[in-house]
Amino acid sequence: MKKKLLIQADHLHRYYGKHHAVNDISITLYQGEVLGLLGQNGAGKSTTMQLLTGNLSPDEGSISINSLNLQHQPIKAKRQLGYLPETPPLYHDMRILEYLRYCARLHDISKADLTDAVNKVMQRCGLEDMQQRLIGNLSKGYQQRVGIAQAIIHEPAVVILDEPTVGLDPIQIQEIRALIKVLAQDHSVILSTHILQEVEAICDRVHLLKEGQTVFVDTLDALKNYQNNKIGANASLENIFTALVS
Amino acid sequence: MNKISLIGLTEFKRFFNSPLAWSILAILQFILAMMFLLLIDGFITGIQTEMVGQDVSIGVTDVVVSRIYLWAGVIMLVVMPILTMRSFAEERMNKTLPLLISSPISFIQLVLGKYLALVLLVIVVVVMVSLMPLSLFIGTELDYGRIATSALGLFLLLTSFAAAGLYISSLTSQPIIAAIASFGLLLLLVVLYISGTSSTNASELFVYLSHISHFFSFTDGILNSADIAYYLIFILLFLVLTVLRLDSQR
Repeated sequence: MKKKLLIQADHLHRYYGKHHAVNDISITLYQGEVLGLLGQNGAGKSTTMQLLTGNLSPDEGSISINSLNLQHQPIKAKRQLGYLPETPPLYHDMRILEYLRYCARLHDISKADLTDAVNKVMQRCGLEDMQQRLIGNLSKGYQQRVGIAQAIIHEPAVVILDEPTVGLDPIQIQEIRALIKVLAQDHSVILSTHILQEVEAICDRVHLLKEGQTVFVDTLDALKNYQNNKIGANASLENIFTALVS
Repeated sequence: MNKISLIGLTEFKRFFNSPLAWSILAILQFILAMMFLLLIDGFITGIQTEMVGQDVSIGVTDVVVSRIYLWAGVIMLVVMPILTMRSFAEERMNKTLPLLISSPISFIQLVLGKYLALVLLVIVVVVMVSLMPLSLFIGTELDYGRIATSALGLFLLLTSFAAAGLYISSLTSQPIIAAIASFGLLLLLVVLYISGTSSTNASELFVYLSHISHFFSFTDGILNSADIAYYLIFILLFLVLTVLRLDSQR
């Protein structure tokens, strides 16, 4: 049985002035899948994610989330989404508990379920002991966790994470990766990264971008097989990546 | 409706998380209290002594109350841009806007929510200003109707400042630029009034366009529906512009 299609983005284009930042990118995401969006700096990863979350509108192309069109039914479509941008959207003058309650209510969680939802997400992200801390006083790693908590608090079908492990120490990176794996059990995840070990560790499928265009989309194994034929057997992921994007 | 009040109340609370709102309200109250004292003093030692034995109908409400509201309006011309500058410019500077844009809310709800926070702040200001003239009830008889129209006038004037400031704040990602530009816009409308009433080049149109001219009738105790309509249209115009601006920026 084919899994449910959660994101279908067709032929997206986006210009910044004359710069063609996203050039004919199509993205599909199935239920229970972790899709890695890969590419060098400036390849269009963040722009693509902003398009998928409605923060930018595409100049051409259409996006459906769980069969809801993002342009025509933005509010219903956005209910299915959780988004962590590159910079976590945190109000530094709020306390964690206060902030998460606000996010929960923004995402239509009813007053009755509010406390449960907030407690659950704080437990998942390891924030229970910090709930009265000011967000501005938290370390980068904890701010990142609050950012992730904000993205998953309403249990969205699709979680979109833009470089979730950037700037974290190795232990925090492992914790966040473990969290993403747990998330993938009942959500679909798109994450962008340029760290290749991360892709090997958590992604089911990769989508490689170069200068705003799609270079390769398939499973990780397929990527290895495909390239092994060209640059020799047992090439490391790094070699494959270099060969594809350069 | 729920979302509007959620955003409005949260933003209103956040004003008081930083020292900015507190210090602005404190300084505003201090300056107006000084003005109030001067006006009262002038009334007791100057006007009241002259009036003894004469049959004139000038009272403390005419001299003190309407002027304190006028001064409040003038001072808020400078203060309001500082309160509105954060609304969208700071969200953009701190990159927190994606939180609201990715949430299932419409731009109209977002703008009205942000505006509601400013309106609540304006209510705080108007109440604090009104406490001073109202305190005179201990010693004398007041014209409560005139105080009510003055307070309503100040409320409408300040909410119109807030709408203009909110729009300017949506144009930039630098709060300081937003503050300066809003101040410039508000001052321009005052300059319109000054040039419209100048002895050589008087222009009815300029006077009519200026938001200050519509404020005077309120402090005179006149409730004119045309003036109320002016402010409501002014506010609506800038709120619509803000929604369009946010939508076009995606």
